[in-house]
Amino acid sequence: MQELIVILIDGLVFSSYLFMVSVGLTVIFGVMKILNVAHGSFYAFGAYMSATLIGAYYNTDLPEFGGFLAIFLAALIIGVFFGIVLERGLLRFLYHRDEHIIVLATFAMFLVLEDVLMMIWGTDPYYAYEPMALLGAVDIVELTFDVYSLTLIGLAVIVGLGLWLGLTRTKWGKLLLAVIFDREISQAMGINVTVVFTVTFVVGAIMGALGGAYIAPTISVSPGIGVEVIVLSFAVVVIGGMGSIPGAMIGALLVGISRAAAVHKFPEIELFVIYAIMALVLAIRPEGLFAPAQARKI
Amino acid sequence: MRYIDKTVVGLTIAFLVLFIADFFMAEWVRFIGLQSLARGAVALGLLVLWRTGLVSFGHALYFGFGAYAAAMLTLIGYHDAFLLVFAGTLAAGVLAYLLGFLLRRYRAIFFALLNMAFSMILYGVIVKTEELGSTDGFSVLTPTFLGYAPQGEAVQTTLFIFTLVFTYIITVGVHLYMKTTLGGMSMAVRENEIRVEYLGYSAEKVIHVKYVFSGLVAGFGGAIMALAIGQVDPDSMANWTVSGEFVFITILSGIGNVGATYIGALVFELIRTYAFEYAPQFWQFILGGSLLAIIMFLPDGIWSLFSRLRRSEKAPSP
Amino acid sequence: MTIVLEVRDLQKTFGAVVAAKDINVTVNEHEIIGIIGANGAGKTTFVNMVTGYLKPTSGQIEFAGRSIMGLPPRDITTLGISRSFQIPQVFLSESVFDNLLMAYAITEATGLGLLSPLLNDARAARVDSHLERYQIAQYRNALASTLPQGVRKLLDIAMAAVSKPTILMLDEPTSGISVEEKFGLMDIIMEALRQDQTTVLFIEHDMEIVERYVSRVLAFYQGEIICDAPTAEALVDPGVREFVIGEEYHRTRTGSENAGENAGENAGENGGGEDA
Repeated sequence: MQELIVILIDGLVFSSYLFMVSVGLTVIFGVMKILNVAHGSFYAFGAYMSATLIGAYYNTDLPEFGGFLAIFLAALIIGVFFGIVLERGLLRFLYHRDEHIIVLATFAMFLVLEDVLMMIWGTDPYYAYEPMALLGAVDIVELTFDVYSLTLIGLAVIVGLGLWLGLTRTKWGKLLLAVIFDREISQAMGINVTVVFTVTFVVGAIMGALGGAYIAPTISVSPGIGVEVIVLSFAVVVIGGMGSIPGAMIGALLVGISRAAAVHKFPEIELFVIYAIMALVLAIRPEGLFAPAQARKI
Repeated sequence: MRYIDKTVVGLTIAFLVLFIADFFMAEWVRFIGLQSLARGAVALGLLVLWRTGLVSFGHALYFGFGAYAAAMLTLIGYHDAFLLVFAGTLAAGVLAYLLGFLLRRYRAIFFALLNMAFSMILYGVIVKTEELGSTDGFSVLTPTFLGYAPQGEAVQTTLFIFTLVFTYIITVGVHLYMKTTLGGMSMAVRENEIRVEYLGYSAEKVIHVKYVFSGLVAGFGGAIMALAIGQVDPDSMANWTVSGEFVFITILSGIGNVGATYIGALVFELIRTYAFEYAPQFWQFILGGSLLAIIMFLPDGIWSLFSRLRRSEKAPSP
Repeated sequence: MTIVLEVRDLQKTFGAVVAAKDINVTVNEHEIIGIIGANGAGKTTFVNMVTGYLKPTSGQIEFAGRSIMGLPPRDITTLGISRSFQIPQVFLSESVFDNLLMAYAITEATGLGLLSPLLNDARAARVDSHLERYQIAQYRNALASTLPQGVRKLLDIAMAAVSKPTILMLDEPTSGISVEEKFGLMDIIMEALRQDQTTVLFIEHDMEIVERYVSRVLAFYQGEIICDAPTAEALVDPGVREFVIGEEYHRTRTGSENAGENAGENAGENGGGEDA
């Protein structure tokens, strides 16, 4: 029983983390049909920026809880800056090219940004544990969990709900759905697709950066964290169906909880669980759980 | 013979020149040459896939698998280069055959990234396996060649000839293969799978064949690389960046000609050598930056420079 | 007469939508059959099911005495049922010659033959004579993407006919074709197929084309066949007149106006379809 609760809570925390890092990827894919490999960089930059800002904040005498603002500020700065630079400065020149080429371009961008990251922050790890220490720990059925990790679940729910309501309840969201449904007709109807693309990309980038920024206090922020994220989040969105927000949520839950179960029951297979689920889902439903199968019109 | 195949002639001349040059090359030049041949072979496999309309971001999987398969045989006492390279090639081919049943159902970015995911599994396994030296890898002893056990510089000279002969055969083979029905079906599958199906052939089968081939040559390249460096380790054999390097070479070479992959690989190797010499911390930056530059300014690869040159010779601009 | 195709109680549903219902058809050798019906009546669904692109929900399809239910298109093609497409399915970045060369190569090569050269003199000669029969020889070296719509349609049909199928199903061979070209195009196609003794079923909106080339008509309405009769009989059938042809169709009306309407409508359809 106790073990089950541990698995469930660990799984939920990990699922929330997965959802946070993959939702931006799936939003960008859904609207722009671009698989953005540089998403891993957004995450990594978000984490580094967050660690730096948190460090700077706690060197001042400002109230302790303000440190959380640093996290969101970091995500905003990174997301807006890289989102605009990448979309306006690079991707828009490639929209007419083959989709492989666009993925390759984001892949190239990822390579470049990995080194830029090290030029700025070096290779030594950063720690920014203060926000986590601040919230302390809590006992659940005689087990200790740190509260900060549990807030991740709340954040994921807020982000997920926010995006979902934003898409289905606001004028902007409806425009977005129109663009997703048919880009050319939306353009003909007077929707400014250029602006929609830029905004979508920036929002996706902020999501990626927020994932990194929020995780930063719980990990050692060091080189290479971006790669793992891009592969993990790809697995999650593929399982859920590329471009689907509910899909990303279900994918994250499936992967997160199974991994937690593996960590506690069969630690030696932890590594494979994610890919095993992905392979299984794809073997049964090649288009993912939440993306509709589309027959080509002939 | 009705006409002479220019590519075969070109490859044969290059083969003969390199064969003779092997005896006069400086050691570092030969080393670069060896690596270019090994990586060029992998890029050749990617080129075949690319012509079928598919890009893989994970062929370090087969490169690393071939390299480790060959290297592991040396751990249990086998040292013959023929055996090692054959085993590495075959092991990677079998793996590609098995994974091919799943991957042949996917196209575009799904195909590209599923390959990447599988390659990350191999990387993870190697890193976690202490017996295989984890992140440090392990050394591969000097190979013998059907009983001949060269010493000193002769090792690399022999290995170079050995590699040259096999890459020559593979490359000419691929070139001729592309002119066969099955080879030509790359185009058909890339252009219109529905038509292929309605002409009575399975597009997935075509893709599977190409995929196994790409796995075989990547395994071959990996095994050669293991022997050339005398060492295997996950970061330079199986990491995702290695896959990226192969894609880079393929893009750089373009899909115009099978020989171009080796030129692309050589250019890559030169950039890499100098980057590591003068600015090792900027390697990914340089790699990514050049990749972007090629995508933006040279969309058909370096081969297009040659064809552009030839075209302007034939028809001087008005 | 020999029965080549027998379809019994064929059904197809997509969720709650019934795309085909109680389809029963028997096709004899060498018949030329026209399939008519409004958009969405189930004509293409029928062709898609017979050729294996869509799996029927229930029913039976027999070709030359054996069941072909559940077989993929490639196997059905190999057995002898071929098809053309409303939106031509060709290799766009290749020349007309290379398109047909590939069609011949895939049709002819099996097993190790797949590893013999794609291009040889005998095959090239066959391709060239095929180009002559379909009167597209002048486009031999043009890229398929640059062809006028009518020529691209001809190429699509010519590719489907390479295997000399027992049955060839044509999905709207004249859609998107100008009025002046329609009859010329159909003359070329029907003459070539007559020489091969091919059984033909084709979907058509233009009743003048139907009257001229077809001996028997299958009329579809809401997924069902509402009329299966010789052409002259079918075109005066009250059900067909009401649900398929529509009241505005009068024999006295000039062909060009009527056909022009069709062409416009179909061009619109194609414009939407090419994105898919």
